[in-house]
Formats: sequence, structure tokens, C-alpha cells
Amino acid sequence: MEILVCVKRVPDPAENEISIGPDGGDIERDDLVYSVNEWDNYAVEEAVRIAERTGGNVTIVSVDDDEGEEVVRRQMAMGASQGLLLTDEAFEGSDGLGTATILAAAAKNGTYDLILTGAQADDGAAQVGGMLAALLDWPYASVVNLVETNSDGPLRIGREIDGGSQEINEIETPCVLSIQTGINEPRYVGVRGIRKVASIELPVMDAEALGISAETVGTAGAKVRRVDYFVPEQRAAAEMIEGSTEEIADRIVDLLRAQGGIR
Amino acid sequence: MDARVFVYVAHSAGTIDDTALELATAAQRLFPGSSPTAIVAGSGVDAVAREAARSFDEVWKLDTEALAYPNAELLRPLLVKLLTPGSMTLLPHNTFGLDLGPGLAVRLGATYVPDVVDADGLEGTTLKVVRQEFAGQVSAHVHCNVANGAVITIRPGAFPAAQSGSASGQVVDRSTDADGIAARRRFVELIEAETGDVDITREEVLVSVGRGIGDEENLALVEELSEAMGAAVCCSRPIIDAKWLENSRQVGTSGKTVKPKVYLALGISGSFQHLGGVKGNPFLLAVNKNPKAPIFQSADVGVVADLMDLLPVLTEKIRQGH
Ligand SMILES: Cc1cc2nc3c(=O)[nH]c(=O)nc-3n(C[C@H](O)[C@H](O)[C@H](O)COP(=O)(O)OP(=O)(O)OC[C@H]3O[C@@H](n4cnc5c(N)ncnc54)[C@H](O)[C@@H]3O)c2cc1C
Ligand SMILES: Nc1ncnc2c1ncn2[C@@H]1O[C@H](COP(=O)(O)O)[C@@H](O)[C@H]1O
Repeated sequence: MEILVCVKRVPDPAENEISIGPDGGDIERDDLVYSVNEWDNYAVEEAVRIAERTGGNVTIVSVDDDEGEEVVRRQMAMGASQGLLLTDEAFEGSDGLGTATILAAAAKNGTYDLILTGAQADDGAAQVGGMLAALLDWPYASVVNLVETNSDGPLRIGREIDGGSQEINEIETPCVLSIQTGINEPRYVGVRGIRKVASIELPVMDAEALGISAETVGTAGAKVRRVDYFVPEQRAAAEMIEGSTEEIADRIVDLLRAQGGIR
Repeated sequence: MDARVFVYVAHSAGTIDDTALELATAAQRLFPGSSPTAIVAGSGVDAVAREAARSFDEVWKLDTEALAYPNAELLRPLLVKLLTPGSMTLLPHNTFGLDLGPGLAVRLGATYVPDVVDADGLEGTTLKVVRQEFAGQVSAHVHCNVANGAVITIRPGAFPAAQSGSASGQVVDRSTDADGIAARRRFVELIEAETGDVDITREEVLVSVGRGIGDEENLALVEELSEAMGAAVCCSRPIIDAKWLENSRQVGTSGKTVKPKVYLALGISGSFQHLGGVKGNPFLLAVNKNPKAPIFQSADVGVVADLMDLLPVLTEKIRQGH
């Protein structure tokens, strides 16, 4: 199978405390450590495993500026043979539909049987995969936690639904699946792996190369616009315990006793 | 505003879901004075449609064998056919809404507005909403151009459920519109979540551990604390994804719903998917090294500390007290 995996570079939640920048228009970007969106890492691993079973290639694609190259290469090192960076000033400020429009153009440029996205990224929208499927007129399944391939015929997939039950479906290819964490155990990528893909040429495509008119994407085309960031007022702020570790522990013990938390 | 408003009524086992009444509230907050039309789809859903008619003036019933399972791929083309152009459609932001919503918006040519937690109202064709980013670490004011309609998903629990009224709305049977619907994705079967060795849904005191614990071997510190307290251990999703604990220990929208008296959240950031599984308003004590962690907005008591330092001391003190 020819598989395209969409990946996004995001501030690494494990490495950063997110705070709002001075004018509220953006988060504080200085000193942020970026990595691949957690969900996308599972998507790449799944694609590589499918390609190992069925033959075919995995291509990693990202809509980003030049900074995106590092993340695309890291994901390629998991076992993808190709990468693709979609970069243009006109892409900046895209909303979900803008991003999906750019990715759809790249998808139409190739011949893929399957496109994988993460279930959601850092702004929690969980939208790009479903939009991409609709733009391509392919079937879609979200929050996928199982993919089984048959030599011919539809894929057998599992969707994780509310409450943790699994919904088994058959889906025809080509299709788009958004991948849930936990579907597999993503392989570790070392420096050596990254070095191995360093010599692979990474094509960069802009709006013109993709045949996208600039007004339909980026800030110009966005119907959904973030005005500012803010910290919501605490509804009922937690009582914060302070002091030395000893003092804190004593207070917790008292509180737990009072609440019946120690039996 | 003259755009028509639709609300998707999820239901199971013959009763309407909490989310439906939350969407009713959200519809009034987003589009004050609107009279939303409820959509009830399924097979044998007369009773559900009648129940929905107590809270909505008009209910469109889509009753057909093909919709016995709510397959978003089947529903989407049907809704594209039925919904008035330019209308505002509200869905729950859960695994059903995620499946249906983004593609529905594209197909309708409407704007997609995902995971809304609060509303600032409609001004002309600009819908002003509040969203969260970075797993709730920051909130954002978001303005949406809804001139061509919108598909809006509402975070479960973000709006209070409307009182289920005694009004008797009108049920309109639109089932024949569903004749001949087909999709390239077919529902096969449902595999129920497993219950494990310990049933965390019955425990009164829970020690819940998240990604902040860092390493699998550090879990011992949590287990020792839990044992000293006489509590049970549960966790957030990353612990399950890493296979450090068994599935049945996961708390959240895609895990178990727990109703303890005391909930100790250790190294958990407080995503809505996690807290969506913590019900019954327990005494919630959170320990996190990040003072801005969103969990502190839901906690009764908060401690900014490193788990590695605090847990051994805390366990020792509880042991001594016995
Ligand atoms: C469809 C869907 C369903 C989902 N269902 C669920 C679900 O059922 N349950 C669930 O939990 N999640 C669920 N999630 C995932 C959810 O979005 C979050 O990713 C997850 O809850 C985060 O878990 P966490 O808080 O443990 O990790 P993180 O968000 O990474 O938080 C770790 C926290 O630990 C703190 N920390 C780090 N080191 C230390 C230390 N040494 N001492 C003290 N604190 C420390 C950090 O400051 C941080 O706040 C779901 C997601 C999707 C898309
Ligand atoms: N800029 C991007 N480039 C490539 N893929 C993206 C981009 N943004 C989002 N995606 C994909 O869409 C998924 C869902 O993201 P979102 O809809 O933004 O929550 C991500 O996990 C990625 O797979």
C-alpha cells in the first residue's frame, strides 16, 4: 500500500509549560522545545507496520515553515522512504480547512491508498483528517485503534468510542483514518536512524507547485480566527498548600484523614 | 439571526444522552432566541423522539434499519441532503462528533467550529466562542465567519444540561429521506471494554497517576502510597498507552467513569477527556510540578511539587500514623 502520513510539529507537552506571551496574541515561543504531535507518532508507526506487511511506501508530509524539516526527517527515520514539506508564506494562519486543503492538494499529486493523521493535535480540534477525507471524497474513520489489512478488499478497523469500547468497521480504500494513541508502541529513533535518512532529498512544495490559489488558504482564507489567548478566571480556585516537603506531607495527611482518604 | 439551528440528539438504550440537553443550552447561548430542531436518528426511535420533543419544539425523526448503529459515514450524506443551507448544526465533541463533524462541515460548505467550551455570542455573521488549546493550558477567544452556516461541536460537560421540559414538540418523520443510503464504511460489531481485576468504578478512594510519574519503575512509589492509604490505583491514558497498567485502570471519556469520595491526581495535567471520567464531585487533591497545570482549576486542594520528592515522604508519614 502507498501510505501518506500527515504530521504536525508542536510544542512538546512533556518539555514545556505553556504560557501566554506579552500581548496575548500568541503563546510564549522563546525556549519552546518542539517535537512531533504525540498522535502522529503512532500514525507513522502504524503506517510503517502496514507497509512492512503489504509492501509499498510510506510518505511523511507536513504543512510547516522550514523548521518543519527536522520533524519530518525524524518521522521518516521510523521507516518511511519519502518526505514532503508543504511550505509557503501564503499557508501561514491557515485554519483547519486551509490545512486540509493544502494536504488534499498534495494527496492528489500522488497515488495513495491510505492516508493517516493523528486523532488530534495541540489545539484539540481533531478536524484535519475528516476534512481531508471529505475534500478527497474518500471514506473516513476517526479515533482508530486497530487496522487490519486484507490482501484484497476493505480494511478491518477498530474505532475507540466513548467508554473504551471498540467499534469494528470495514472501510473501503482509498480512505483516511485518524489514529488514536496506544494503537501500537512507536519505535525508538536514534541519531543513527536519523543520519540514515539525512541524504534522502526532501521535496518542498509551495502554493504554486500544489496548484492552490493563495486566497483560499492561510489568513486570507481562514473563516476561523484566534483573536487572543487568555487564562480563564478560576471558578473555585484550589487551596494551594505550600511549605517544605515535610510540611506539605503533614498537611496532606491531615486533609486525607478528614476526608476519609486513609483507611 | 434567521439561520436555522439543528441539534443532534445522541441516545442509547432508548433514552437521550446528557449531551443532547447540554447542546440545547449551548444553542441558546450561541444563538439566543433560536428554536432548534432536534435530529433523532436510529432504528425504532419513536420513544426517543417523543422524549426529545419534551425539550425541543420540533424533532426530525430518521428511523430506519440502516441507522440501527449511528455510523457517521451513513449519516453525513443524509444530513447534507436534509439540512437547510446556511444552518447552524450542533454536535457533541465526542468520538461520534469527531467522526461526523469535520466532513459534514466541508460537505455543507459550512464553517467548522470544534470543541467549544463557552460562547461570547453572535455579531452579524461572526460567531464568538471560547476554545482551549494545549490540553487546557490556555484558553482562546475565537471568531468564526458563519455566513455560510456552521457545524459546531460542543465539549461534553461544558454547558449545563437544559431542564428536560414538559413541552410537547412536534415530531416530523423524515425517515423516507434515508431510503437507499449507503456508505463505504460498514459497522461490523461492538467489542465491549473489559473489566479488570480491580473495579475502579466501585472504589471510594483512588490514587490516580499520570504521565508526570516519568518512568515505569516510579510506579512503585504510587503503589506504595496507595497501599498505605488503603486505596486503589488508577491512571490517565498515557500510562495505558505505555502498557504500564492494564486497560481497566484508565479513567476518562475513553476509559472508566469513577465516582470516588477522594481522588488524588498525581502528575496529571487535567485534560477534559481525563476529568470527564471523574464524577460525583469527589475531594480532589492534585500534585503537579507546574503551577499553571489546568488540573488546579478543578482541584479542591493543590500542591506544586515534584512527585519524586513528595511521594516517599508522604507514604512514610501515612505508614507511621498507623
Ligand atoms: C478521543 C480521545 C479520548 C481520550 N480519552 C482519554 C481518557 O479516557 N483518559 C485520559 O486520561 N486521557 C484521554 N485522552 C488523552 C488526553 O487528551 C490527554 O492527552 C491525557 O489525559 C494526558 O494525560 P496526563 O495528564 O497524564 O499527561 P500530560 O498531559 O502529559 O500531563 C503530565 C503532567 O505531569 C506533570 N509533571 C511532570 N513531571 C512531574 C513530576 N516529576 N512531578 C509532578 N508533576 C509532574 C506535568 O506538569 C503535567 O501537567 C483522550 C484523548 C482523545 C483524543
Ligand atoms: N500543519 C499540519 N501538517 C500536517 N498535518 C497536520 C497539520 N495540522 C494537522 N495535521 C494532521 O491532522 C491531525 C489532527 O490535527 P487537528 O485537526 O489540528 O487537531 C494531526 O494529528 C495531523 O496528522
